[in-house]
Amino acid sequence: MNTADQYLKAIYLVQQQTDEPASTGRIADRLGVSPASANEMVGKLEERGLADHEKYNGVTLTDEGIIQARDALETYCIIERFLFQVLEVEEFRTEARQLESVIDETVAERLDTIVEREPECPDCFDAENDVCECLDVEFGASD
Amino acid sequence: MSLREPIASDHQLARLLQIGVVLQEVIEARSSKHIESNDGLEGELHALLEDAIDQANTHRRRLETLIDDLDANSVAYEDIEPLVEAQYQADQDFDDIVYDQLCNAETAYKFFDDLLDALAESEASVGIDSDELEQTLGDLRGAEARGVEAVTDVMEERA
Repeated sequence: MNTADQYLKAIYLVQQQTDEPASTGRIADRLGVSPASANEMVGKLEERGLADHEKYNGVTLTDEGIIQARDALETYCIIERFLFQVLEVEEFRTEARQLESVIDETVAERLDTIVEREPECPDCFDAENDVCECLDVEFGASD
Repeated sequence: MSLREPIASDHQLARLLQIGVVLQEVIEARSSKHIESNDGLEGELHALLEDAIDQANTHRRRLETLIDDLDANSVAYEDIEPLVEAQYQADQDFDDIVYDQLCNAETAYKFFDDLLDALAESEASVGIDSDELEQTLGDLRGAEARGVEAVTDVMEERA
């Protein structure tokens, strides 16, 4: 998943959590980058028509940005489910975060042919716990 | 600006190689299912599927050697084949099967290409010979690229 998609996913999830425009500080926190880096990337997303940024208010995704963010979230969900269901990785959330930049959407689509995923994906993604709500896992069992 | 985390440990590298193994096992299992489910397959497509099975098997063995060198475990074909079977749709025609083969080869190529990029960006040393690692992954990427060409040749001849 490329850097822009990781940002779109983060903005989408922050907006889900707060139900308001995402501050660059929260986006930066979610991605573990500096606010300056987040600000720079938000500018690029704005140039591409994927996000709108109002100073002192925050970032909202455009319709196209939302579509791309939801695709990125689906890719991420496939990686989590693959690690949990197929490889039985206990710390699947930690490992999914480590691997998401190396696993492309094309690769995730093939992995999706052997994982079970709910039709409502990615609406069932729990932004707070960073995991699909439908996965049969106790929160706290994995980082 | 990149959020790509470098491959920082043998554990992380082994996990990525395991994913590579699973992709090869998916290719092998799906190609086998295509042959099993379609008695009247045309010669050229049948040969393409058999080549894909052989190549996936060879690629898996080479990845398993690397995983073994990292003191990690591979993923057994017997664990993946039933997962492929469970979601396999049998009613596929010539075009569906050729397209599936194209997806298989393109996906494997993309995986090796991204893995090589990630390794090039990583400054951490891993517990196996990095030249050998890059050589192997480069060989596999090249073979997958030739696999994509083989499928597109079949598609063009059919058109």
